[in-house]
Amino acid sequence: MIRAFSYNEFLFLLSAVQWTLALSAIAFVGGATVGLFIALARTSDIKAVRLAATGYIQLFQGTPLLMQLFLVFFGATVMGLDLNPWAAAALGLTLNASAFLGEIWRGCIQAVPRGQWEAASALGLRYPGLMRYVILPQAVKVAVPPTVGFLVQLIKSTSLAAIIGFTELTRAGQIVNNATFQPFLVFGIVAVLYFLMCWPLSLLSARLERRYALATR
Amino acid sequence: MASAYDTTDVPAPRPVSGEVVIRMAGVQKWYDSFHVLKDIELEVHKGERIVICGPSGSGKSTLIRCINQLEKHQKGTITVNGVTIDANHRHLDQVRRDVGMVFQQFNLFPHLTVVENCMLAPMRVRGTSKQEARDIAMKYLARVRIPEQADKYPGQLSGGQQQRVAIARSLCMNPKVMLFDEPTSALDPEMVKEVLDTMIGLAEDGMTMLCVTHEMGFAKSVADRVIFMDRGEIVEQATPAEFFTNPRSERTRNFLGQILTH
Repeated sequence: MIRAFSYNEFLFLLSAVQWTLALSAIAFVGGATVGLFIALARTSDIKAVRLAATGYIQLFQGTPLLMQLFLVFFGATVMGLDLNPWAAAALGLTLNASAFLGEIWRGCIQAVPRGQWEAASALGLRYPGLMRYVILPQAVKVAVPPTVGFLVQLIKSTSLAAIIGFTELTRAGQIVNNATFQPFLVFGIVAVLYFLMCWPLSLLSARLERRYALATR
Repeated sequence: MASAYDTTDVPAPRPVSGEVVIRMAGVQKWYDSFHVLKDIELEVHKGERIVICGPSGSGKSTLIRCINQLEKHQKGTITVNGVTIDANHRHLDQVRRDVGMVFQQFNLFPHLTVVENCMLAPMRVRGTSKQEARDIAMKYLARVRIPEQADKYPGQLSGGQQQRVAIARSLCMNPKVMLFDEPTSALDPEMVKEVLDTMIGLAEDGMTMLCVTHEMGFAKSVADRVIFMDRGEIVEQATPAEFFTNPRSERTRNFLGQILTH
């Protein structure tokens, strides 16, 4: 029984946008939290800590996100945990985002001149204070444009969660297409909706980058 | 170990107390196979002003950077105000609280205003209240004669002003010793004097100072002792009068010949 593509189908797609945004937000907040520790570990003085963080980053950057989602989703079942697609997608994306953000932020921390570390150390600040009051505030300014850029990437990545059965925008598109058989129209609309989420962020990222370039000239 | 300072027959121009603030004994350091510091023996007395000079790469910056452990030495002992530096981080913290440092590139924190630069360490290291830290900061900014710049950011100041802020920032921690690592080398010529004047003011107030500098005028007029380093060794140390008029080693004479002829 083939249904026509109507206003209701469009509303269904539109309402799925909220799940894409919610999944992106969770993955971003989770990824940022874990990513901060990854970045700190990557810039640590302790070799073992540095190596562990490097291994973590290599692992998640060197394998497809889809495999990571499969492993989390099916791996949890194998280990006897009943992880629903929603939790599996959030966890998988968080792990993946943390590796990428950790690596982006490592670069930002290392972009703070050595003299800043030395001056803060010479004043008697120990690592936590040195990071919190001197290094991170300066690293954040460098980090904002690439971080917003990565957020665009992350929103698009959430579409892979459709494959493990989480109903976000892409999965909603599949459902509507299965009922209407109008793939070009349906996925065209899906693509436009993704574009409307990502484009403003891309613009913002570019603007922040220009502003940063001006400020450091 | 008797330093050359004690054995020289030229009397010190100014009485210096016998209290030793810094003692370096048998200090050695390597960068991989490069031997940067060779068996350094040095005693700095309270109130003493020492100028360290020497060709680039002679280890003079490395020497003073070992005192607050921005560089780690591999052999020998360094004692500051009775605390010997070792693996115990508390000892290092104590040493760093007693030792202020001024860098060639100022190294002010660009995201903080001038007064915030000065308040940070008293608040976060000593636990001073915000109001008290501000009072301390304003006192030392007045002393380096730029209190009116307190709420500007470092990037808005000239190099000379930035370096004076850096001096004030160190003084806010009430250090027992000040280390200066080529404090005027990154400055435009017209700004050198304001920084040197600030340093002279500090010296007159009795601050113990170790300065790595090429300002020989400063060495002549302010130093109690000039140390000449070459290839990781202390080659010669003497009073400025002795050092500039009657250098004993060939290497010192060559060095002085090069820097004083142009």
